[in-house]
Amino acid sequence: MTTPLLSLQGLTKAYPGVVANDQVSFDIGEGEVHALLGENGAGKSTLVKMIYGLVKPDSGSMLLRGQTFAPPEPRAARSDGIAMVFQHFSLFDALNVAENIALGMENPPAMGDLASRIREVSETYGLPLDPYRTVGDLSAGERQRVEIIRCLLQDPKLLIMDEPTSVLTPQEVDILFETLNKLRSEGTSILYISHKLEEIRTLCDHATILRLGKNVGECVPAETSARDMAEMMVGSTLQTPERSGREFGEVALDVSGLSVPSPSEFGTALRNVHMTVRKGEVLGIGGVAGNGQDELLGVLSGEISTAADAIKFNGQAIGKLGPTARRKLGVLTAPEERLGHAAAPDMSLTENALLTGSIREGLESNGFLKWNETKEFAEKIISAFDVRTPGPENAARSLSGGNLQKFVIGREVLQNPDVLVVNQPTWGVDAAAAASIRQAILDLAAKGTAVICISQDLDELMEISDSFAALNEGRLSAPRETTGLTVDEIGLMMGGAHGMEVAHV
Amino acid sequence: MDLGEINPVLLVASLMVAATPLLLAAIGELVVEKAGVLNLGVEGMMIVGAISGFAISVETGSPWLGFIAAAIGGAVLSLLFVLLTQFALANQVASGLALTLFGLGFSALMGQSYVGIKPPSMGDIHIPLLSDIPVAGPILFQHDPILYVGIAIIAAVWATLKYTRVGLILRAVGENHDAAHALGYKVIKIRIMAILFGGACAGLGGAYISLIRVPQWTEGMTAGVGWIALALVVFASWKPWRVLLGAYLFGGITVLQLNLQAAGVAIPVEYLAMSPYIITILVLVILSADKSSAPASLGRTFHASL
Repeated sequence: MTTPLLSLQGLTKAYPGVVANDQVSFDIGEGEVHALLGENGAGKSTLVKMIYGLVKPDSGSMLLRGQTFAPPEPRAARSDGIAMVFQHFSLFDALNVAENIALGMENPPAMGDLASRIREVSETYGLPLDPYRTVGDLSAGERQRVEIIRCLLQDPKLLIMDEPTSVLTPQEVDILFETLNKLRSEGTSILYISHKLEEIRTLCDHATILRLGKNVGECVPAETSARDMAEMMVGSTLQTPERSGREFGEVALDVSGLSVPSPSEFGTALRNVHMTVRKGEVLGIGGVAGNGQDELLGVLSGEISTAADAIKFNGQAIGKLGPTARRKLGVLTAPEERLGHAAAPDMSLTENALLTGSIREGLESNGFLKWNETKEFAEKIISAFDVRTPGPENAARSLSGGNLQKFVIGREVLQNPDVLVVNQPTWGVDAAAAASIRQAILDLAAKGTAVICISQDLDELMEISDSFAALNEGRLSAPRETTGLTVDEIGLMMGGAHGMEVAHV
Repeated sequence: MDLGEINPVLLVASLMVAATPLLLAAIGELVVEKAGVLNLGVEGMMIVGAISGFAISVETGSPWLGFIAAAIGGAVLSLLFVLLTQFALANQVASGLALTLFGLGFSALMGQSYVGIKPPSMGDIHIPLLSDIPVAGPILFQHDPILYVGIAIIAAVWATLKYTRVGLILRAVGENHDAAHALGYKVIKIRIMAILFGGACAGLGGAYISLIRVPQWTEGMTAGVGWIALALVVFASWKPWRVLLGAYLFGGITVLQLNLQAAGVAIPVEYLAMSPYIITILVLVILSADKSSAPASLGRTFHASL
């Protein structure tokens, strides 16, 4: 057997209260695409940070082509041929593409030379990119290209990719996979981190599965079913949410001709959005992040006001009403950003329950707060949604992402909304919690609530929604029945591959 | 009222002098803010620079040593800000305000025995030939050396930010400190250097007031220039040449309104006194209407959470 490119031996890293990695060992061969699978919090990120020199392991060792490898900082890892594409892009919005790439290189050439090198590499690998564009104006797919090209310019031996496809359309994923296959054929090894099992099955040669910081198994993805891999990740059998066939009632929410500018500088304006949601229907809205999702949620919640009759609830024009007035009517929302938008991080769960529940649950009278009732309401959410916390007096910040998400969704669901709008309800939530959140949404719809679910997780939307529409650059496609929709059709609704035409100009 | 008494050549020449303290303090703060740090202690660092420079040049008889001491004094005071915000991770706004209050009090204490003394004079440079040009000569080429140092710092900061790797890294740290950290740049170290530079520039600006513009020492003699410098950086959209423009505009109107007051123009003194602020802000607001934004990490505390 030949020496592997990188061999990890018993890597352990503990943080106060949690062991992020516990005796993790595996090998990555030359020219191999190796998948690292695991739930959120399984320790994938910590592991790659150790390889990239951002974190020092407590014990254990790494061998790069048989030599001891212990990078003290990312610079050292980069000079040894390790490159990394980050999950949350490590890009600088106000700088241009070439400047961003120069920042990730050890000895960048002069800007002019660098720009022509960027053009050259981007054309070789089919990733068109203009070096002088400002990164803040690029789509998510294009931003990722900046990161990938930054890595490729350094001729890496090992390319680490942390959840690269979470922000891409299906067509963009295909382009990415072609690039990765080309790299593999040139002998570059790739460590591919994801929890999207089908992708791993098509792309990867080998997979290592982490659970709670431990290596719990390895497999050849092409020969293992997605379900088996999922169960290795979770460690128990998965329950798929059930939905009962149901009848839709009359139209609950009617949005027509809705156009609003974005409140933020790098945001997307909504353009002429039409949609209707009937009672008992779940409308899934897909699309790559940054195509108007946040603005759509803002308009529906009442944070952004619009022409009065652009939004009608049971025939009543509500476009000018603020969030509180809409809550009173029964239009409730749960935004994507848990800390800071859906919940106030440093306030207790009780206080957070009060913030959106005070009107519908009658938690205040004449300006005075009813703390006892509020506490009961918070406890009700905690027990109904299995939120793991010592009690409602704990600060929202102290909960893990998944638990807080359950709390935030539960808080709205228990207020018996007539219309519920959720954005990314299972973002960063582990599979079991995600399943229970989805089930709660379906149960709510079964009771006659009209639900709008904005999400970037297509599998999730296919699982729970009755009809599907996609946001692309602020425009919403016409909603279609979910049953019978193919991935290609969805991809086209999402706008196909962003920016592919740009290259030919 | 006799507007004929106002000599345009003297007016323009003295506006450059009036603008220099503001210019020095503002360019220092611009670098600090480009690195993502909001230091509201400019006023405090200026006044400490003013007394350090004044004291050392009186004791040694050398204005040059005085200016060097002023830069060191400003930088040393900014070290306190470094300690609070970069290591103790204290709130930058509160720390900056504390720095100003501390600087004002501390400088008054240091300066008790220097009230009423005249510092050694620096003398103007007379560049041969150039300074003999009519009109342009006295305006541009017959000033003290520090005034030219100020303009040189503006040019150097502009070129560094635009053309060099150091400048790119500095901007990157101010734009997204988490990403800069992930790429392996030393965010804290870069910010400390920027804060020290800002402190040194503010110190120079303060000493320019006490050694050249006024020349004497009185308590609180910076009289809010540090605060104007802070505002100037924002209205100049974090662009070095606009800082120069704004400082000269402000200096010019200050000098002009003093001349108008002396000439007895029939406008109430209060309106004249507020005019530099209003006009400078108006002009810079109009200029900054194009797309320009603050460094994205400005004022945010960086903590390497790994």
